[in-house]
Amino acid sequence: MVMKLRTLQRHVKESFKSLGRNGWMTFASVSAVTVALVLVGLFMMVLFNLNKIAGDIESDVEVRVYVDQSATKADQTQLASSLKQLKNVQSVTFQSKTQGLNSLMKSLGNDKNVFADVKSDNPLPNAYILKTKQPEQTASVASQAKTLPHVSDVRYGQGTVEKLFHVINIARNVGIVLILGLLFTSVFLIANTIKLTIVARRREIEIMKLVGATNAFVRWPYFIEGLIMGVLGSVIPVFLVIVVYHFAYYNLGGNLSSMFISLIPYQTMTTNLSLLLVGIGAVIGVWGSLSSIRKFLKI
Amino acid sequence: MDDMIVMQNVWKAYPNGVMALNGVDLSVKEGEFIYVVGPSGAGKSTFIKMIFRELKPTRGKIFVNHKNIANLRERQVPYFRRKIGIVFQDFRLLPKLTVYENVAFALEVIEEPPRMIKRRVMEVLDLVGLKHKMRSFPDQLSGGEQQRVSIARSICNRPPVLIADEPTGNLDPETSWQIMDVFKRINEQGTTIVMATHNRDIVNTVKHRVIALEGGMIVRDEEEGAYGYEA
Ligand SMILES: Nc1ncnc2c1ncn2[C@@H]1O[C@H](COP(=O)(O)OP(=O)(O)OP(=O)(O)O)[C@@H](O)[C@H]1O
Ligand SMILES: [Mg+2]
Repeated sequence: MVMKLRTLQRHVKESFKSLGRNGWMTFASVSAVTVALVLVGLFMMVLFNLNKIAGDIESDVEVRVYVDQSATKADQTQLASSLKQLKNVQSVTFQSKTQGLNSLMKSLGNDKNVFADVKSDNPLPNAYILKTKQPEQTASVASQAKTLPHVSDVRYGQGTVEKLFHVINIARNVGIVLILGLLFTSVFLIANTIKLTIVARRREIEIMKLVGATNAFVRWPYFIEGLIMGVLGSVIPVFLVIVVYHFAYYNLGGNLSSMFISLIPYQTMTTNLSLLLVGIGAVIGVWGSLSSIRKFLKI
Repeated sequence: MDDMIVMQNVWKAYPNGVMALNGVDLSVKEGEFIYVVGPSGAGKSTFIKMIFRELKPTRGKIFVNHKNIANLRERQVPYFRRKIGIVFQDFRLLPKLTVYENVAFALEVIEEPPRMIKRRVMEVLDLVGLKHKMRSFPDQLSGGEQQRVSIARSICNRPPVLIADEPTGNLDPETSWQIMDVFKRINEQGTTIVMATHNRDIVNTVKHRVIALEGGMIVRDEEEGAYGYEA
């Protein structure tokens, strides 16, 4: 059923009247949402980036299998095919000692002089670089590779990878609990604030119900009020996220770019997080507001 | 004449176990005026609340305007209530609205068109004799005037049934007669009226059908009856 324009006007008018009449209550509710969303916003900013970085590292996780210096060409071919047959191995790439040295030099910077001597007498062994299907499989693939003949050493981001995943998981879980707690608190605060104002409006609801107003009709102004409070409450958090991430991205982000990880692009992050915060604010506001009148509709 | 309200073997148990109505059978014709009398705790208010579906019967059927409201869907209740006028002892007016706005409020919240609202509000204020006070606020009116506003509000949607729970309970005898005068006019327009009351003078003077409740049962049902209890 389409609502009459006149009815919508009435509901909007009623909402603003009530928000104005209960100015301090409105302020308190909006502040509660603001505080919650500021924390949620900052937290999500960190969490989203941790996830992104974890992803970057994940996709970079590889197992290096160094070939014994004494191995012949035939031995190497034999080893390559055995490596390919290992469980969970996605790809096997050969890296000659020269290539290995070049990439090492590159990653250590421009100071090529240090390596001038080394270049003629390269101490690095040939290597195979394995990528696993899942990042968690690196450890098991590495230990299997170690048992093969003509393997001198196996290296991977031992420990650090596991630790990183572990930290991210904990951060994520703690964060979710924290965020849910905060959100429920602000729903509760809004509901209570409106409940305080509702005592005065209780008679009005009662009369509405007695003369035959529908529940939907009674609820509308409260819905709009909650929506307005929630969205108002997200203004400062959105602004803060935009400013803080600007700083973080253009200062911190620059330092990270020399490594293989990077932060979520400024535009993507601020757009998505802003929409998310406004959305959460709206839901909190409406939820709190409507839950406060539920009891009074039972007439 | 048609039956307007019919109760068939109606029982009501409150959640705490009190049996407020015990097998009530009754039929009220269209355009009838009935008093519901009985000692305190007899079940009069419970009886009234059943008719506008504030309470559901524990057992039995209640037909109002040929509709069984005992099994009315929750969503349908508002539309049903638009056909019932209700008046309470404590007036239940909104203190921040004027007389005019209080009556108009009842029509606004059921989304009547504004032009119709204006005409109808003036009509009912005229009927209860308060047209000249339409800009006053409730606290600027006497109790009797406030009750007349609440009656105007209850009939503004032209309900076929008007129910009143002790409408003169807060008023002095003099003002009570004014209220009865208004009810008489409304009844003459064809509205069925059910009025729970403790006012023996009114019941004995303005003769109508009397239904006496005691312990949740109808113990007496007389045309042109008397109040029948010592004051
Ligand atoms: N909400 C309730 N919960 C439990 N018991 C109730 C409730 N309302 C009424 N009762 C009980 O039901 C019985 C009938 O009450 P009711 O209010 O209908 O009486 P009444 O005839 O209107 O009395 P009065 O003349 O004092 O207004 C009483 O025993 C009362 O205590
Ligand atoms: Mg009573």
